[in-house]
Amino acid sequence: MSSLLTIESLTRQDIEEMIGLAGGFREVLDRDVPKVPTLVGKTVSLLFYEVSTRTRLSFERAAKALSADTLTFAPGGSSVAKGESLKDTALTLQAMGPDLMVVRHKATGAPWRVAEWTGLPVVNAGDGAHQHPTQALLDVFTLHRRLGALDGLRAAIVGDIRHSRVARSTSQALVTLGAEVTLVAPRTLLPVDLTEWDVATADGIDEVLGEVDVIYLLRIQQERGGGDVFPSIAEYVGRFGLTRDRAEQLSADALVMHPGPMNRGVEIDPAVADGPRSLVTDQVTNGIALRMAVLYSLLSGEGAA
Amino acid sequence: MSGLIISGGLVVSGGDATAADVIVDEGIVTAVGPGLEIDDREVIDATDCWVGAGFVDLHTHLREPGQEWKENIESGRDAAAAGGYTAVLAMPNTDPVIDSGYVARQVKRGDGVRVIPSGAITMGRLGERLAHLDELWEAGVKVFTDDGDTVADGGVLRRAMEYIGQLGGLVAQHAEDPGLCAGGHMHEGSVSSRLGMMGLPSVGEEVIVARDLKLVELTGCRYHVQHVSTAGTVELIEAAKRSGLPVTAEVAPHHLALDHGEVSSMDPVFKMYPPLRTPDDVAAVREGLANGVIDCVATDHAPHAAFEKDVPFEEAPRGIIGLETAASIVHMSVGMDPTQFFDRMSHAPRRILGEDGAGVAVGATADLVVFRPEGTWTVENLRSRSNNTPWLDAKLEGVVGATIVGSDTMWRRSG
Repeated sequence: MSSLLTIESLTRQDIEEMIGLAGGFREVLDRDVPKVPTLVGKTVSLLFYEVSTRTRLSFERAAKALSADTLTFAPGGSSVAKGESLKDTALTLQAMGPDLMVVRHKATGAPWRVAEWTGLPVVNAGDGAHQHPTQALLDVFTLHRRLGALDGLRAAIVGDIRHSRVARSTSQALVTLGAEVTLVAPRTLLPVDLTEWDVATADGIDEVLGEVDVIYLLRIQQERGGGDVFPSIAEYVGRFGLTRDRAEQLSADALVMHPGPMNRGVEIDPAVADGPRSLVTDQVTNGIALRMAVLYSLLSGEGAA
Repeated sequence: MSGLIISGGLVVSGGDATAADVIVDEGIVTAVGPGLEIDDREVIDATDCWVGAGFVDLHTHLREPGQEWKENIESGRDAAAAGGYTAVLAMPNTDPVIDSGYVARQVKRGDGVRVIPSGAITMGRLGERLAHLDELWEAGVKVFTDDGDTVADGGVLRRAMEYIGQLGGLVAQHAEDPGLCAGGHMHEGSVSSRLGMMGLPSVGEEVIVARDLKLVELTGCRYHVQHVSTAGTVELIEAAKRSGLPVTAEVAPHHLALDHGEVSSMDPVFKMYPPLRTPDDVAAVREGLANGVIDCVATDHAPHAAFEKDVPFEEAPRGIIGLETAASIVHMSVGMDPTQFFDRMSHAPRRILGEDGAGVAVGATADLVVFRPEGTWTVENLRSRSNNTPWLDAKLEGVVGATIVGSDTMWRRSG
């Protein structure tokens, strides 16, 4: 593996190896000194064209826990404001000598282009509504730590699937590991054509409550609630929100996940987000370990294929 | 005298194809027939070639005035000659827009490959007020289009059809419903759903064509569907023709050859509007061209500089070049016989423009192309200023051996 751009390119064995590797790094994070010298002298460049808090911080934390240096680029107040192209920015950063680039961009395929232009290993940290592979891997890693093998796991993903790179990546990772995935969304927020997806769909969250082992909620962008793709936020919550009442209808062991940032009171009730079923903070901590595993794999020449 | 003899080819004229030589003296076709005397004429060996009237492209973006770094009129004409074209219809989405007689006259060039200006339907192609339609008509414009954008307002299009119909002109539509296609970058379907890109649905084209056909019924104006890309549009045109409406249509070579699976590479060279559709749509437009529901091929030659395409797919400008590869791609994709091939590439576009020249006639100014169907060539050293074609460096079948206008041989290629 020279770059991590998409979940589609990974086999079940690739994903399982990455989960195994992340498990080792997760233990490092629990030590008194949560740092190893594995990548001393390596530099990880973070090229983030979209606003990001947790993903960028998580990659930074992961790189530093491996003793790598980081070189962070954010477009606000930079040469991008002066009209520099993505290619020139990528080549400029490359000239500063990083060993790997982490790229987030609003356009589908941008990380592929950066990989072509620079010849460096690239980790896709989110391209448009296309892929977010480290999110998907940290999600299945988090579930795997809690539950073991995911074969036969019943998962529902609820929310704006159409515009979500998380939904695309995480559903693929779950399906690859043998889980059964149901997408729950208004028709206006489902992808138009699901023939390639190997998933089921449901028309409201009530249809799946009693029948899932994990319910994965996606952020609803508030600006979409003005009659653009659904009539109002209240009507969305009425059919798709995980309210406290609905959470009580979940089976006793069912888990709740969310990639963040959350809209409390919209897709998820605050009490559910903070309750015992919630894996939300586990996802954040596990994300660091998983990203350590990815950086290690790409920069040490070992690990997943 | 220094004439020319095209010897040993299959001469395609009207609906016939016969083995014959063609003599051109002082720019005029003086003889067509078997076993003609060479005398001291220059010989173009047309063995295994089809010889007929030069191709005519109803859809060329020459980029002049305003975007000469992509193409200009001279480079566009050179590219046309290399593709076997002897006339091109220049699209009006220049800067300034061809919406007045003055701009149309600047674009019109007479020698060699003819540049025929089309005119905008609305001022600035903004879809609101009628362009200077009388001025454009007087400047020689026959085809009116807001190409690149759709005349979306039914009231505006109705009045344009009434006015242009009275002049005797043709309304051509780039059919893309702005609401249905908003934010789209590629065909809406399984591939766009996987890639997470917003799509242009097939119905975005079809609802515009369906509405326009009702306006044709109302106004009687001649109407031409540009770059047909969906099976549904082919069905609409077929039904309209069956009911006798004055409707014609074109298809671009790339829609005959490629489908939306190509976009999986996320390479901006596959970005164009209308977008590459499904394999079923490709089959439908091939069949439509072969059986004549779609009248002709038109390239939608859309040059863009390399740096403009060297960006992520969604940020790239739309369009690919087509003049130099069209004949090969059409030949390889649809495999028509010589009379069909010349009808779709040369005769039908001339009919749509209201011109003669559906063949090789003694006494006429030479306007000829020699096409070797079984020859091969490699797409390189293009004459266009831009290289944005998915066939760059590809080996194609079907060679434009010579392009002749008057006493000028504007292009020769062996192979």
